[in-house]
Formats: sequence, C-alpha cells, structure tokens
Amino acid sequence: MGITFAIIAALTLVSAIAAMSLRNLVHCALSLAVTFAGIAAMYLQLDAQFVGFAQILVYIGAVAILIVFAILLTRSSETPQPVISRSWIMGIVIALAVFGVLTKVILSSSIAQRELPAKPAPTVRQIGDQLMTRYVLPLEAIGLLLTAATIGAVIIAMHDKKGRGDGGQNVNSTPSRAEAHQHADETHNLIT
Amino acid sequence: MIGEFFKGLFLMIWKVVTDQPDPKVEFVSVFPATIQPIISVLLSIVPIIMVFASLFALTTLLERKGLGRIQNRLGPNRVGPFGLFQPVADGLKMLTKEDIVPHSADKLIHFLAPIVLLVPTLLAYAVLPFGQNMVPIDMDAGILFFFAVGASTELSIFMAGWSSRNKYSLLGAMRAIAQMISYEIPLIISSVTVIMIAGSLSLVEIVDKQSGYHFGFLPHWNVFTPWGLAGFIIFLIASLAESNRSPFDIPEAESEIIAGHLTEYSGFKYALFFLAEYLGMFAVSGLAVTLFLGGWRAPLPFLEIVPSYIWFLLKLMGLVCLFIWIRGTLPRLRVDQLLNFAWKFMLPMSLINLFVAAIWHFTSVWNFRGAGLGRWLLCAAMIAVPYVWLGRTLIGNKKITHRTYRFAN
Repeated sequence: MGITFAIIAALTLVSAIAAMSLRNLVHCALSLAVTFAGIAAMYLQLDAQFVGFAQILVYIGAVAILIVFAILLTRSSETPQPVISRSWIMGIVIALAVFGVLTKVILSSSIAQRELPAKPAPTVRQIGDQLMTRYVLPLEAIGLLLTAATIGAVIIAMHDKKGRGDGGQNVNSTPSRAEAHQHADETHNLIT
Repeated sequence: MIGEFFKGLFLMIWKVVTDQPDPKVEFVSVFPATIQPIISVLLSIVPIIMVFASLFALTTLLERKGLGRIQNRLGPNRVGPFGLFQPVADGLKMLTKEDIVPHSADKLIHFLAPIVLLVPTLLAYAVLPFGQNMVPIDMDAGILFFFAVGASTELSIFMAGWSSRNKYSLLGAMRAIAQMISYEIPLIISSVTVIMIAGSLSLVEIVDKQSGYHFGFLPHWNVFTPWGLAGFIIFLIASLAESNRSPFDIPEAESEIIAGHLTEYSGFKYALFFLAEYLGMFAVSGLAVTLFLGGWRAPLPFLEIVPSYIWFLLKLMGLVCLFIWIRGTLPRLRVDQLLNFAWKFMLPMSLINLFVAAIWHFTSVWNFRGAGLGRWLLCAAMIAVPYVWLGRTLIGNKKITHRTYRFAN
C-alpha cells in the first residue's frame, strides 16, 4: 500500500476513463491496454505473480491485439457522433442509484462482517500443485476444449485451402482429365 | 571511506571475474543503508545494459561482415582497422540525424512507440541466468515473466505502424502482429515441454536440472533428448519469426513495403527500434540457451574451470552467428507461406512434441536392460513419423522439381 498503490490506481483509473471517452477508437484500445497493465501491476503488488503475468500475457498480448485488429478490419477508426450522449444526466442518476443500492446491500450482507483471512503465500508452485491435484478435472476439461478449438481452427484453414485448390482444377478440366494430367506429370518427373 | 570504496569495488570485480557467489555484498555495504537497495539494483541493471548494448554494436558489425562474405563482398572496412569502428560511426550518424515526424502522424503515439518497445525488451533480461551466480532476479515464475513482457512488444509495433499514417507502415505492422501471434504459440508450447520435464517455471532451476553428464562426457542438456531436439528446432524457428529476422522479415520487407513500421522513423528513434530488435534477438537466444543448451553449464567436465558466464556468452554468440548465417542463406517467405507454416506445421508438431515429452517423463521409471536406449528410440520415432507424414501431407500433390525461369535463361 501507500504511494505505489496510489500511482497504480491513478494510472488505471485515468486510462480507463480515457478508454471510455476518447474519440479515436485506436486511442481507446491503447488506453485500455494501459488499464490492463495497471491491473496486472496491482496483482503483482499483491504478490500474485502468476495472475499478474498471466494478465499481461493474455490481456495485453492477445485481447488488446484482438481489439485493435477488430477495429482496423471492420470500419474507420474515427467516431462521427459525439462521445457523450444527450441523455447523460439520466445516465449519471441511474448509475448513482445502482451504486447506492449495491453499496447498501454489500455493507448489510454477511460478507462485510467476515474477518480478513490470513495473507496466503500463493507461489507459482502451490498454484501448480493445486491445479494438478485438486482441480485437475476442470483443468483438463478446459485444456481439452482449448486444444479442440485450436485443432478445429487449423482444420478449417486446411479444408478451405484444399477446397479452393480442387475448385481451381475442376474449372480448368474435368476430374478425369485432371487425374490424367497429374499422371502424365508424374511419369514426366520419373523420366527426368 | 575512499579506501573501503575501492577495496569493495576491486573485491566485487574479482568475485565477478572468478565466478564467486554474492559479488555485490562488500561493495554495497560501503554505502549508507538508505541507498543500498538502489545501489544493488543499479549494479544489476547497468552491466546488463552495457554488455548487451556493446554486444549489439559488435553484432551489427559481425552481421554486415558475415553477410558480405556470404554475398562475395568485403563488408565495411573503412572505419578503423578491419572496419572495427563502423558501429561507432553508425551510432554517431544516427544521433546527429534529423528526427523527422510526418505532418499527419499521431505525434504522441509516434513518440511513445520506440520507448514502449525497448522497455519490455530490456525487462526480459531480468530473469535470464547469465552465469552460476549471475541472475538479476530468481523469480518463481521466471519464464512466464519472460513471455509476458515479450507479448507486450507486439502492441508497440502496432503503435509505430498505425501512428505513422502511412499505408506501408500499417501493412508492415499488421504483418508483424499476424506473424508474432502465430509464432508465439509454437514458441511457448515448445518451452512448455522443458517446464514439464524440469517441473519448474524458474529459469535457475531449469538450468540446475540440466547438470551432470551421461557416460562422463555427454551433458544432460535438453537438446540431447528427442523432445528437446525437436523443441529446440521449433523454438529456434519461432524465435527467428518473433524477432522479425530473415527469412521471416516480411514485416519490414524492403522490396515490398519499404521498411514496414520503420518507414516513417529516422534518427535516434530508428536506432532505438534497431536496438530493441537486436536486444530481443539476444534475449530470446539467451532463453533458448537456458532452456535447451544447458544455460551456463560447460559442455565437458574438464572445461568447468572456465567461468560460467563465458559459456553462456559463447552459446549465445553461437546462436547469433547461426541467425546471421540463416539470414544470408534463405530468401524471404511469402505471407501465406509464413502463416500456413505456423498453423499447419509448427503448431501440430509442437503439440506432438508436448505429448512425446509427457511420454518421456512417464517412461523414466523404466528400469529393464536397455531401457534408456529403448525410451530414446520410442520417443524419436514418435516425433519422426508424424514429421514425415505431416510434411508429405502438406506438400500434397505439388511436384517439387527443378525450377526453370523462362525469361532468365
């Protein structure tokens, strides 16, 4: 806590506000990346190395890039209409009301009365041990799902290419002729 | 006071040169207690920046000379003896050149991009064990840290390309991101094999696991196992792509898109990009050395009297020379070839390699006669058969024959 926390919190909040309010979408995406970095720094400050590095790896290395790609590939990055909507007063009122209700509920619930647990020491080794023993089934399920998704993406890409290649041949000649052509090519290669 | 200062300094240098543990202690204790942490941190950071920045200068010269020899030229030979001071001249030229920012560029992001690229690249050195007692931070999740900071360089290349408001820059940046994301997956999966066998994410422990020798001469390096060799090759190819080196230099393909994201940069900012690129190459080669080539360990038992950091640097320079050789030998890939190679060949091979590493781990309990050889052959076959099959399938019906150039002959 102290000054480090204040700096990280200010950076995260300012960049989050910038991500909401800037006009240029790419600027928004970049400020969002700074927000992600700020959250990662917060995790690291809490000694949660694994979560912090995973946050950087996944959110800055992949999600931010995905957002940037989506912006560039879909439409122009300049927003034509003004960023702040006309009914902003109503929005602020509703947001404050929701915030008030949530605060009241949380403060009156049993969670607020509970005492803080002793600070754990979540080293990477402990996380690994837990993942491999107690939580091995969820981990394997997720792993299988992700591997299936990756292989699926590769297969879709492979199939697409093959289909196009066949189509190109069929346009030029009938299948039998294409085969004969290939056969001729093979014999030619054998001779030479 | 001054006497103690120099005594501590000389003791530190002596301990560093002779490879003894805790070289900083005496020197740091000379200073008042409040600034001791800062002095200790500086003593770790300054040598890294100095050594690798001068290695960068040396490598640019080596690269230009080497490429010159490969292409039957002399290379730089005007500045100093054998052109040795060419990097100094280049550096001075870069510093004195005008810094041009395009009129319609996004000034802030254009300014920030080289800095945001260089800082994570330097951070990556924090976890590499350069020698027996030379690791800046022995982190529990060292390798995760390395990949996390490496992942954030992609965004800065995009920043550079986008903020220049130049179509070549943007094209180059998009190519760079596509390439880096695609090759990051095999890079990480091939290093996961090492993590799995070593049972640790700490780079210091990974080096420790590679100590000792088979039959008294063959070191226990990961590269001498079937999965290690395959993983090393996959890692090497992917790290070539990650550091945008030829034959994967399509992000800055000079003949197609001028220089990609570097097109609108000049002067010192361009030099920073160049520096970050080379530092990234050294860092990823250093990781390859640590993961697969035994880190700072000597290749033969009687060579262990040579200090450990010398072995690390020698292996690192070996890999760098290999990179230069590859750059001088291979032509540039096309974009579709590049991505197809990553997703259809590298990714399946690295997944298979991960599986083989698991089998290697489970067969380590075999203890019948000839178990070691049988295990080795089994794992080698499990990599070689899919390699041949995958290669044949991907080539498909294409005939690879001697190419004739109708207009060139």
